[in-house]
Amino acid sequence: MFAEHIGKCSNKVKNVVERGAVKKFAEAIGDPHPIYWDEETGKKSRYQRNIAPPTFPRVFDYGVIEGLKLPSKGLIHGEQRFHYERPLFVGEELYCYAKVEDYYEKKSSMGELGFLVITNYGEDPSGNVIFTSTSTIIITEAVRKAMVV
Amino acid sequence: MTKIRELKVGEWLPEVKLPPVSRLDLIKYAGASGDYNPIHTIDEEAKKAGLPGIIAHGMWTMGNLAKLFTPYYEEGFVQDYSVRFKSMVFLNDVVTLKATVKEKEDRALRFDVAAVNQDGKEVVKGEVVFSIY
Repeated sequence: MFAEHIGKCSNKVKNVVERGAVKKFAEAIGDPHPIYWDEETGKKSRYQRNIAPPTFPRVFDYGVIEGLKLPSKGLIHGEQRFHYERPLFVGEELYCYAKVEDYYEKKSSMGELGFLVITNYGEDPSGNVIFTSTSTIIITEAVRKAMVV
Repeated sequence: MTKIRELKVGEWLPEVKLPPVSRLDLIKYAGASGDYNPIHTIDEEAKKAGLPGIIAHGMWTMGNLAKLFTPYYEEGFVQDYSVRFKSMVFLNDVVTLKATVKEKEDRALRFDVAAVNQDGKEVVKGEVVFSIY
């Protein structure tokens, strides 16, 4: 059902690592360390500016993968992985897109589960990949059946 | 504070015990992350989805867990961070965050990380590679 989408990418979308968004995000995960929001602390740090927490890429816009329709309910977030070349800098621009990495099905006690693997990419303006964020989404048999109807 | 690079295999970062999960925690995370799936904030929607009540975003717990490494950014950064969401986190659960050194390489430390609930059950389990400058 999703296998036909493997390899498909979204269009690239320009995102900015926004100062206010980083502060709000850091507060929401209970991590109010000044490296994320205090300009003086940022300037004195080895990065000479503020950085974003490692799970921050959740907030970016990755565009739309054409034709890929996910159910709005009943998805289970099974696994999540981030890889970084360096931390994200507050204020920097990133070009973000998503790719359908894989889809497979496995039998389980809950019936046949579908595993959809989507990787989000973030590139700097020169085209260097700064981070990737890979999600494995589990789609139960019941949810897939409801989609066909 | 101990330098992270001086930790030995089997040693751990100071554990963090979170306050009981509140509805406001999840509303704040929904707003900050843009994940407005109502099973995290609205009781009736959680029940309709077959859950006993609202559950925390997996990414909320994953985000919290990463803060064990925040004090060490002058020494390095989180290069790889991967987790499995093993069990759900409900309102009023008390989650403890843990990180133990599993392997040491020249320029990196590999940690086992976990978020554990009040019953000792792992809700999130994974690995962090902390790269040293």
